[in-house]
Amino acid sequence: MKRHLLEADDLDRADATLVLDTAAQIESALSGREVKKLPTLRGRTVVNLFYEDSTRTRISFELAAKRLSADVINFSAKGSSVSKGESLKDTALTLEAMGSDAIVIRHGASGAPHQLASWVRGSVVNAGDGTHEHPTQALLDAYTIRRRLGRLEGVRVAVVGDVLHSRVARSNVRLLHTLGAEVTLVAPPTLLPVGVGSWPAEVSYDLDAVLPKADVVMMLRVQAERMNASFFPSAREYSRRYGLDARRMAVLGDEAIVMHPGPMNRGMEIAAEVADSVRSTIVEQVGNGVSVRMAVLYLLLGGAPS
Amino acid sequence: MTYLIKGARVLGGDPADLLVRDGRIAAVGASLSATGAEVVDATGLVALPGLVDLHTHLREPGREDAETVETGSRAAALGGFTAVHAMANTDPVADTAGVVEQVWRLGQEAGLVDVVPVGAVTVGLRGERLAELGAMADSAATVRVFSDDGHCVADPALMRRALEYVKALDGVVAQHAEEPRLTVGAQMHEGDRSAKLGLTGWPAAAEEAIIARDVLLAQHVGARLHVCHVSTAGSVEILRWAKTRGVDVTAEVTPHHLLLTDACAEGYDPVFKVNPPLRTDADVQAVRAGLADGTIDCVATDHAPHAVEDKECEWAQARPGMLGLEQALAVVQDTMVETGLLDWAGVADRMSVRPAAIGRLTGHGRPIAPGEPANLVLLDPTARSVVDPAALASRSRNSPYAGRELPGRVVHTFLRGVPTVTDGKATR
Repeated sequence: MKRHLLEADDLDRADATLVLDTAAQIESALSGREVKKLPTLRGRTVVNLFYEDSTRTRISFELAAKRLSADVINFSAKGSSVSKGESLKDTALTLEAMGSDAIVIRHGASGAPHQLASWVRGSVVNAGDGTHEHPTQALLDAYTIRRRLGRLEGVRVAVVGDVLHSRVARSNVRLLHTLGAEVTLVAPPTLLPVGVGSWPAEVSYDLDAVLPKADVVMMLRVQAERMNASFFPSAREYSRRYGLDARRMAVLGDEAIVMHPGPMNRGMEIAAEVADSVRSTIVEQVGNGVSVRMAVLYLLLGGAPS
Repeated sequence: MTYLIKGARVLGGDPADLLVRDGRIAAVGASLSATGAEVVDATGLVALPGLVDLHTHLREPGREDAETVETGSRAAALGGFTAVHAMANTDPVADTAGVVEQVWRLGQEAGLVDVVPVGAVTVGLRGERLAELGAMADSAATVRVFSDDGHCVADPALMRRALEYVKALDGVVAQHAEEPRLTVGAQMHEGDRSAKLGLTGWPAAAEEAIIARDVLLAQHVGARLHVCHVSTAGSVEILRWAKTRGVDVTAEVTPHHLLLTDACAEGYDPVFKVNPPLRTDADVQAVRAGLADGTIDCVATDHAPHAVEDKECEWAQARPGMLGLEQALAVVQDTMVETGLLDWAGVADRMSVRPAAIGRLTGHGRPIAPGEPANLVLLDPTARSVVDPAALASRSRNSPYAGRELPGRVVHTFLRGVPTVTDGKATR
């Protein structure tokens, strides 16, 4: 494993499989235990450096670090020196001087974790950067698929929605490809990046044509304000053409599952009866997120302090 | 002071001696001698007319922490330049006779290159109404090049009026071609790499659409148009078409667009953030070919110094622009001469003769011949060195060539017969 996890391509197939296997071991080690804690990272310090609001990702990383017995510091842009105009580099050096072993960073600017990694000696974990990547989300998605379907090789995954602005899509395309799955991106052409043809994925504008063959349907969040920039004419039209409702769910194969990274726009990209159906893994994804992030922190920081 | 330059290869030709006296070239020939002259051994050095930059950001007034007229002038002299056009996006903006005269005077005081102010086209670069172009033209700075560089004069009616109006001043509008609605939030060239990096794309079409519009406007009103920092293959094609149709259009390309591509963005180091952005390999090949065949008239640096804090930050927050004055000639040697696309006479044409003509500078870009002003650069084309930003004369350090080995070394620069660079060191 590399020292940092900045993007899905930092993991080759062996590394990615190791993360998923480790997450599975951690999960079974903790299952049925009254005290859900491992002593692995005792004495190590993990900083959650969050420049964007993200309750679920921050809590997931916090829980992961605490269950490994690490000391956790939450540093959010609001109410810190950041709001007084301190640069990312100064903040990074300050945190390192305080003895952080790993920095988990969420930032609105694509590439901020890469820059951070060039300034600090400890490990950097990308918890979502701009419209670039969100590698631990892809890992937890892969973990969820493997648990539900028993495999990743050859699994057909449809990723549906705002691919252009989605860091979840970028990470999933790369990681799922690494792990042998076949990804099809489904979106209106306005929500696909110019250059998507160079990605290891198929592209379709027609959700109804893709669904019958899909083993996994991964719905992406679509922000209604995209409509104001003419990415699509109206929320209603978007929902009609690219939303997953009960009628569309009915054409899915028996084993097919429906995923969503959250937070959902119920009634926009996903209907309530789909989100709450037995095919839905949405709540499971959240739980798996903690195990996968424990595995990542364990593998990056495990062993004796360097 | 009299200088006898011995054995210089004028425009890369056979060795000859140059006698420089009273600011002018007094004689060119074999085995010249002159009593009392200081002898400059130029064996193996190539002599070119002093370089002229149509596009320099000197940052003064307003951002003297990034560059001053003096530090920028020194960088220019070390790069072999004898004249630079100082862009108007200062603070305050160079949109009045007062500001352009201030910049001009600072250049005179520094005395290292002729600093030729560019006047803003519109008040405050806001693209709403024309600045007092006539007052700037008639000022001591004798402005002939007008540009809102950094901003496109996007309003087509306003652009038309600007093109028309400067005809009376023998002026030219230098357009920063960027359709603003197509580049909202743009961070890098839009293509495969922007898709992967998750950075908002700056489509080639946003540059090409404005160039296409402006060459049509220039033809319609019979005006002169200059296109700043051409970066795409499509732009070269449009310019080639326009020139075939007889449009009075000229264009420049930067050293960085001749050498670097959008692959540089992959590490998210904002030193490579620039506007227009670094493009693809195919674009680089096209702008080189355009410069070689004269479709692109000249090289202009777009030297854009930035303070450390404006570059050592998130890519999206970083200011666009990179240093260029001190490495421009080296990059041109690397990309154009050593590839066989231009000889040294061609370099003189693209880096001195044509930019001087576009800027209406009568004392620059002249032949190296008796009676002409002694604006000269002598370079050693056999030298090679690795660029060290800490060693640059610019006040800023945002060189995209850091750590890169480049050919050539400017050994001497003369401004009207006075050495501004001797043995690679600035004289003041």
